[in-house]
Amino acid sequence: MTLAAGAPPIPAGLTHDDLRRIYYYLRLTRALETRLTNLYRQGKVIGGLYSSLGQEGESVASAFALERRDILSPLIRNLGSMLVKGARPVDVLRQYMAKAASPTAGREMNIHFNDLNLGYLGQISHLGDMVPVMAGIALSFRMRGEDRVGLVYVGDGATSTGTFHEGVNFAAVMRVPLVVMVEHNGYAYSTPTRRQAAVERLADKALAYGIPGITVDGNDVLAVYEVTKSAVERARSGGGVSLIEAVTYRRRGHAQHDDQRYQSPEEVARWETNDPVDRYLQRVTGAGWIGETDVAEIDAQVEVELDAAVADCEREPLPEPETALTGVFVRPATAPALWFRGLDG
Amino acid sequence: MAEVTYLEALRQGMWEEMVRDERVFLLGEDIGAYGGAFKVTDGFLERFGANRVVDTPISEAAIVGAAAGAAHMGLRPVAEMQFIDFISCAYDILTNYVATARYRAGLATPIVVRGPSGGYVRGGPFHSQMPEAAFFHTPGLKLVAPATVRDAKGLIKAAIRDDDPVIFFEHKFLYRRIKEDLPEGEDLITPIGEARVAREGHDLTVVTWSAMVWKTLEAADQLEREDGVSVEVIDLRTLVPMDTDAVMRSLRKTNRILIAHEDTRTGGIAGEIAARINEEAFEWLDAPIRRVTAHDTPLPYAPTLEDYVLPQASDVVAAARWLLAY
Ligand SMILES: Cc1ncc(C[n+]2csc(CCOP(=O)(O)OP(=O)(O)O)c2C)c(N)n1
Ligand SMILES: [Mg+2]
Repeated sequence: MTLAAGAPPIPAGLTHDDLRRIYYYLRLTRALETRLTNLYRQGKVIGGLYSSLGQEGESVASAFALERRDILSPLIRNLGSMLVKGARPVDVLRQYMAKAASPTAGREMNIHFNDLNLGYLGQISHLGDMVPVMAGIALSFRMRGEDRVGLVYVGDGATSTGTFHEGVNFAAVMRVPLVVMVEHNGYAYSTPTRRQAAVERLADKALAYGIPGITVDGNDVLAVYEVTKSAVERARSGGGVSLIEAVTYRRRGHAQHDDQRYQSPEEVARWETNDPVDRYLQRVTGAGWIGETDVAEIDAQVEVELDAAVADCEREPLPEPETALTGVFVRPATAPALWFRGLDG
Repeated sequence: MAEVTYLEALRQGMWEEMVRDERVFLLGEDIGAYGGAFKVTDGFLERFGANRVVDTPISEAAIVGAAAGAAHMGLRPVAEMQFIDFISCAYDILTNYVATARYRAGLATPIVVRGPSGGYVRGGPFHSQMPEAAFFHTPGLKLVAPATVRDAKGLIKAAIRDDDPVIFFEHKFLYRRIKEDLPEGEDLITPIGEARVAREGHDLTVVTWSAMVWKTLEAADQLEREDGVSVEVIDLRTLVPMDTDAVMRSLRKTNRILIAHEDTRTGGIAGEIAARINEEAFEWLDAPIRRVTAHDTPLPYAPTLEDYVLPQASDVVAAARWLLAY
């Protein structure tokens, strides 16, 4: 690896290695979604498929601003955040393909899964619900005097829910160590943000909760990192909740089935030229912080890893039917099979 | 006559009511410009305008609450839940405010809250629910669950015209899977509160509704073919108010009864039906009342798991054979 002589200093206290890792996660997110799209087209994804194309920068950079011990709660488009936290691509594939070995044993779909040791709490579909739950996680940090922070993601659309409001207000009043990341990606399904909220800047919602609100270019990886980092540090040092509005764009439809008829091709094309991964690469290679060979190595490494993950996952079985009955409660551990299943039909 | 799908029948029903009565309007998430997640309201914005086809923020409580307020003022709102699973976000407004409005305050609240319900579609725990029992227990809410194309149209029209709040459970598994010839230009209304005999028979009654009607009919065909028995299938169509008379009429003919629903067992509506039979028609029973329902778990995503948890036609066959042999 050779770095350009006289390269400018890397901002925000990041190291060369950090920059390489950030690139790795950006590439991994995008490449994993490409693989998923192919599997979807082959009919191997059981349910819907959601893409974060164009939003990977914000997911990866914000999660990168956390420490290992911190906990985040992602949304459907925060695959990158989960990967940074250590979620394995093979597990993401297993989830989408409903395999027995998936983290939820085939019970839940897509990235609805968690690993509290690694530091991510899976969402449920009901938008906004994770905000109060993450307020409680952050409350537990404060109660036990732990040096940990929570980060919760919500979409522009999800800011309209009652649970978002209750959760942010609760967290603000309790001054818990929580960062609320509002992903302003232009749409909630087909609904443009102007039909979702009457404020111009979603960051302005923070005012009403008595917490700082800041807007950041969500496609500028280093800017998102810096802004998140300072909100996280503020939370860690007892400063309470911050709200960040990351302005980005959802370049694909809500899910694979969506024809995006409500997004103009010009608008999508404009955002294609503002791609977070391209911009990051230009910045870090242009400044000489990462060499072209680093990039090529990471690209190749990602493909090798994903080849293995896809091959492993495709071989695996679906869950055994009877396993559906376990784990509703701790005790009893298994729900009874209903009477008619014991009969021969 | 024109052959239409269950989904198209719903569309037609709402469309006709909007043409007929200018007080009728729609509100919900992505229903206008996008035409709804399942395209039930495709084309409505173009025809009826943004004043009567209202795209809302993601705020189910506000959608239902606003519908109630507009209804008090004489309008006839039809609110869509993008998936019926999200009706839980409006549970407070529905059960506390809407359900009691007439009783405690004499307020007219003729709203319809409708949405895609039910499983068998690999939707996982939050896009497959059939939350009928959660509202069944609250006096003041009418509950409707059509199984056929004809009733999808007839009941949505009746629900819109009804003077009480109606929760309308559309089955998304049926949206594009079933087709039927419907008469054109005829005012097709299915009265709320009337069950339907979906299949005549004399050996056993199965009481059911929504998509389970189709599983039960499949089972009844198999039982006739293989066992030579004749099963009567009662499609309740409306859960509140319930046509208990239709159930008792059938039972007095067959003396054996099975209740089949897609929802989970504990606290499911079958329990209430069984209690009514026990109280009103015990002496007509030649066998215990039995239930075929989903298992008492959340609904899992994997096909193997979903198929196991949900009741299938083969379960109705097995249960029917048990009852007939009793
Ligand atoms: C309470 C609730 N209502 C409706 C939905 C259906 N729904 C799923 S995603 C979505 C749009 C979400 O938009 P946004 O919050 O902006 O996130 P994005 O998809 O843009 O990442 C809707 C309406 C839901 N999941 N939860
Ligand atoms: Mg959005």
